[in-house]
Amino acid sequence: MGNHSDGSPNHSGTVATAGQNEVEKFQDPGLPPHRLRLADTDPVAAKRAERQVAILFGTSVIGTLVFLVAYFAIDLGDDTTIATIRTQNLLLGLGTAFAMLGIGTGIVHWAKALMPDHEVSEERHAIRTEEDRQAAVRIVDDIVEETGIKRRPLIRNTLLGAVALAPLPALAIFGDLGPRPDKALAHTMWAPQDGKLKRLTRDPDGTPIKASDVTIGSAFHVIPEGLNELHEGKLNEKAKAVVLLMRLDPNSLHPSEGRESWSYNGIVAYSKICTHVGCPVALYEQQTHHLLCPCHQSTFDLTQECKVIFGPASRPLPQLPIAVDAEGYLVATSDFREPVGPSYWERDEHERLINS
Amino acid sequence: MSASSTAEAPFVPKTKVGSFTNFVDERVGGSGILREFGRKVFPDHWSFMFGEVALYSFVILLMSGTFLTFFFDPSMAETHYQGSYTPLYNVEMSVAYNSSLNISFDVRGGLFMRQVHHWAALLFVASLGVHMLRVFFTGAFRKPREMNWVVGGVLLILAMAAGFTGYSLPDDLLSGNGLRIIDGVIKSIPVIGTYISFFLFGGEFPGTAIIGRLYVLHILLVPALILLMIVIHLFMVVVHKHTQYPGPGRNDGNVVGYPLGPVYAAKAGGFFFIVFGVLALMAAAFTINPIWNYGPYDPSPVSAGTQPDWYIGFVDGALRLMPGVVNNFHFEWIVFGHTLTLNVLLPALVPAGIIFTVLFMYPWIERWVTKDNREHHVLDRPRNAPTRTAIGVAGFTWYCVMWAAAGSDLIATHFHVSLNDVTYWLRTLFFIGPIIAFIVTKRIALALQRKDREIALHGRETGRIVRLPHGEFIEVHAPLDEYKRYKLVGFESPAPLPAQPNEHGVVTRKEKRRAALSRWFFEDRVAPATPAELEAAHSHGHHEAIAAGDEQKSLSH
Repeated sequence: MGNHSDGSPNHSGTVATAGQNEVEKFQDPGLPPHRLRLADTDPVAAKRAERQVAILFGTSVIGTLVFLVAYFAIDLGDDTTIATIRTQNLLLGLGTAFAMLGIGTGIVHWAKALMPDHEVSEERHAIRTEEDRQAAVRIVDDIVEETGIKRRPLIRNTLLGAVALAPLPALAIFGDLGPRPDKALAHTMWAPQDGKLKRLTRDPDGTPIKASDVTIGSAFHVIPEGLNELHEGKLNEKAKAVVLLMRLDPNSLHPSEGRESWSYNGIVAYSKICTHVGCPVALYEQQTHHLLCPCHQSTFDLTQECKVIFGPASRPLPQLPIAVDAEGYLVATSDFREPVGPSYWERDEHERLINS
Repeated sequence: MSASSTAEAPFVPKTKVGSFTNFVDERVGGSGILREFGRKVFPDHWSFMFGEVALYSFVILLMSGTFLTFFFDPSMAETHYQGSYTPLYNVEMSVAYNSSLNISFDVRGGLFMRQVHHWAALLFVASLGVHMLRVFFTGAFRKPREMNWVVGGVLLILAMAAGFTGYSLPDDLLSGNGLRIIDGVIKSIPVIGTYISFFLFGGEFPGTAIIGRLYVLHILLVPALILLMIVIHLFMVVVHKHTQYPGPGRNDGNVVGYPLGPVYAAKAGGFFFIVFGVLALMAAAFTINPIWNYGPYDPSPVSAGTQPDWYIGFVDGALRLMPGVVNNFHFEWIVFGHTLTLNVLLPALVPAGIIFTVLFMYPWIERWVTKDNREHHVLDRPRNAPTRTAIGVAGFTWYCVMWAAAGSDLIATHFHVSLNDVTYWLRTLFFIGPIIAFIVTKRIALALQRKDREIALHGRETGRIVRLPHGEFIEVHAPLDEYKRYKLVGFESPAPLPAQPNEHGVVTRKEKRRAALSRWFFEDRVAPATPAELEAAHSHGHHEAIAAGDEQKSLSH
């Protein structure tokens, strides 16, 4: 009994036994006696605390002055260096910090050292009294009675109908927030225009790429010809059309049926927009022929037509069919054969549309 | 001064200040308000500060944010940068990004305000989260505060919304990729996803509308809702009065603490300046969101090691953890000719959905299990509610696993481990982490309760070793005074509540489920020490006697 080194519940009484809750409880001894602080009894200590508070407030004044000096003495002109901006930022921040901390710590120190620290007790009151409840019920009954809404169901029902319909215009008026999604997501700029195949050009300067410039192991960030000349919706088109171009040993590519002609001499082009949630798949591991998305680490294997081998993506990256034109530049022979980027509800429908 | 005269004699102020306050008082009745609130009692504890930090961060957000609106231009029109940051000179960018750069480099104090604003936003969400953990673990959400708990949960969601809308405004590469991810997630919603995306962006991603729209949400709608919720929150705090920690003199019928004036007002008011000062210090010394390093948004580039702001991390982490393909099983399905992309939809919605659903419902779950309809104003020490504490830690662990997953690439590069292995481990922890956390936490809580019992009954160890005349060594235990002891014994330890028949004498299936849950909650329990046990401990194992005096030396070990 009472052996505290024995953790067994049966011995230490830690297992509740029948009737234990009724065993008398410890009585609340009430608030502990108040203990005086040094500053309460010793005038010297109180005086010292007073000086400390004043010093803290004084620090705040200095902080404010530091801020003002840093603001007016350092002017930002055209020839300002980053170092100057950093210095000014530091001084403005330190000034503000001291100005604020001086006031804050001063007040708190004042409250803790010099203001009464005697805890007081206050009664709580019922949040709702029964008397109030009954009075409220009477009032509501009277109000309902005076409106007569219970006796006149015609009024009630027409009002309910009207109120239920009234918010519809408020919803409808947002209808022009955006256009209805049409087939825009199904197409990109790569589609040949007036029979002319689009050249693959470098991102961002837009210079065309000669097939002979693409050495084995190299990778190019590619945009379609004409993208930079767009005035409207340039980013929208770029967000769908960006492509990664790589050259591998042709023997390591294993094109599936129907895709044999989509590459040229080991050069392949894949959409750079991740099929997961649309980040650019910007990392190319030359040795393993893996493409990695830095946002969520989806990994695609170039030698298996960009099949997903790790991470949250579920679909391979779409491949862009390419060839070489008469001048030796790389061109896209058609648009992507499926929608690029993250999946959406109508995606499968769009894919069937593209291939029909 | 002395208005103690009869009612007919009107009060005549004697000083200038007096006549001014009297003028106002006669018209708005300030005396009554002051009488009600001037000495209102507030309990004091360091853990009550988190809510204050959140409130003050919000005030600082409003102030610094207002300054930023004077210089920020939320337009997505194209322009060429002409400001003083030379690496980006003449680069094509949006007006929004251009004006963010100008705030940083060409407006004096602009960079400071931007950094204060961003740090305050991070602190706002963090302090809200910690405040909610405090409220959960101490049981402060119990009746009558369930509704205020819900308001707090809404505030947390609004704070995250405010953070994300603001994060996107500079239109830099990092936040643009964040929007791209949001767009991808929205598009994964069945049936209406594509419509929502087109409506939000005003057409295809990224369009030219989104920054302006987020701007209105960020500076008008979301802050207005936050302000409204804060008003409701604080109003309910006044109605309920603050909770207090258990201790001598504190019970559900009273509130013990410092009066509002002067001590509490001084401490709380002073604390505002301290929060502001600390945020200013951070903004001075630590760079946050250096948008000039990222460049303007462009759908093509992305930098490795990209991170969202910390509070979005758990959703991003969940997106990373979800496998898209498992052994040739694809999580993207074609359902009646439509694409259902569960590899995005599930991680984006399900974990956050579970966390917030349980969070909002928890007060009602616990009330149903315990059938406890009493008001609670005295908090639980977390150890005294072992199952609740364990549930909280399990949920927190789950959140942290997802949060860590948002940095899986950084974990891999910093600790030189394989990224794939980090992901596999975190996937495992996603499922077993909360279970381990639950078991460990519950055992620790029960052990701490036993230790409390031990100390209450036998006193604390003094480290003094005494040799008794017959050669035995004992350690002297010092008895607790009654105030310290009451803190250790003054709690309730509910027992499992068996299923009870309803008014028809039937034990319903729901009631059986409740009883099973009640058993699960309370079957492992440690009862508070009772006076009888203390008496028994005194008469049997009397280590304290030696310290207390020299009455009897019957010792048993």
